[in-house]
Amino acid sequence: MKNSTFLGYRRKNKRVGTRNHVVILPVDDISNAACEAVANIVKGTLALPHAYGRLQFGEDLELFFRTMIGTGSNPNVAAVVVIGIEPGWTKRIVDGIAKTGKPVTGFSIERFGDLQTIASAARVAKEYVQWASELGRVECPLNELYVSVKCGESDTTTGLGSCPTVGNVIDRIVAAGATASFGETSELTGGEDIVRAKAATPKVAEEFMAVWQAYTDMIMKEKTDDLSESQPTKGNIRGGLSTIEEKAMGNIEKLGRRTKFVGCLKPAEAPNKKGLWFMDTSSAAAEAVTLWAASGAVVHLFPTGQGNIIGNPIEPVIKLSANPITCRTMSEHIDLDVSAILMGKMSIEKAGEKLLALTLRTASGRLTAAEALGHREFVMTKLYRSA
Amino acid sequence: MISFLMHESQDNVGVAVVDIKAGQLVQGRSLHGRASPRLRSLSEIPLGHKIALRAFKPGDTVIKYGVDIGKIVAPIKRGEHVHVHNLKTKRW
Repeated sequence: MKNSTFLGYRRKNKRVGTRNHVVILPVDDISNAACEAVANIVKGTLALPHAYGRLQFGEDLELFFRTMIGTGSNPNVAAVVVIGIEPGWTKRIVDGIAKTGKPVTGFSIERFGDLQTIASAARVAKEYVQWASELGRVECPLNELYVSVKCGESDTTTGLGSCPTVGNVIDRIVAAGATASFGETSELTGGEDIVRAKAATPKVAEEFMAVWQAYTDMIMKEKTDDLSESQPTKGNIRGGLSTIEEKAMGNIEKLGRRTKFVGCLKPAEAPNKKGLWFMDTSSAAAEAVTLWAASGAVVHLFPTGQGNIIGNPIEPVIKLSANPITCRTMSEHIDLDVSAILMGKMSIEKAGEKLLALTLRTASGRLTAAEALGHREFVMTKLYRSA
Repeated sequence: MISFLMHESQDNVGVAVVDIKAGQLVQGRSLHGRASPRLRSLSEIPLGHKIALRAFKPGDTVIKYGVDIGKIVAPIKRGEHVHVHNLKTKRW
């Protein structure tokens, strides 16, 4: 395997995954119990319990369906069993996932009860997991990867070391024809003009500024204080970050030096061509990675300063840190230690080379620290109160 | 030994890459390799926190990454700790 290929699962719709999950997907909060029961009975399946799916409406409901259908459609997922309380919304999600050509079956609990539903769903899940176990990895070019990037528990070392390392990888993989996405709309504040200047066309720049302004307006409308303790967070402040502008400048290092972004995505929206994309996301790690996984991203690069320990159930999250204290005291969470950058003993170029190699190994099946430790944070973004 | 880094040579604060004690004579360099003049730290500055490379008065702008990252709200001597007690965003 060269430094430009990886071993992935090629799905029926030609998209390439890095994992081979059989997912038991609840449509709503009250179907979590049945999904978890099925995942307990059928080994090798993965339930994704969550808090929503009832009485949502308008744009919030559209985002809900995009997240559910997108999660099931992610190429890291081989097959899906969907369980909901009633058949209507269950079918909408099943039909959405079925467009990928992967096996998917829906069950609804009303008129059967949990126990009969669990029995029926478990029979299908068992067939899926045995079928999926025979799928094999094939050598795939780097340009078939879709990588998302977001940092968390940032400090000044992320801006000096781990974010520029991710930026270096973005420059390399986008030049090689891969797809990538960044977001964290609120945490670009203070650097929005720099991001705008990285848009590929004036139209994309204008779209980005409109999305950023709308998010900023929401924060200004809802805020009750000066946002200190939330932006920057307590963890950021402990790590030496003083202002949102300082945090944003570190964050933006992840976008690379040379790469321009080709478009703006709604939360959980899939890119329709290759290149780097901006996605309008929350800056909270688990919410944001869940949105990228739903948009089809198959590997996430996550720089951390103080030590965010996030993982995602279907998208492997690779964590790197340039903070020597974090790398020493939380080593089990850190996939790549780049703290030598701070001491001038490692160049960003060298760190980028190491991260790319680790990304390809992870894409080929190496488990991340978060996967080994069982971090499966699946957190949906909700836009407003229910109907 | 390098005790702090500057992103750009025009930055007026440096980031400690080791724990700096008060009274230490320290030297830094920019990420582009240019060494800073030596200065004496006046505060304890934990790894990752910022050291003032010049004196500031309230209203002054702090430059890091070569850009404006906020305004000074309390006087700062060269070599002192710069953080949320004396530096605030101009945004909110």
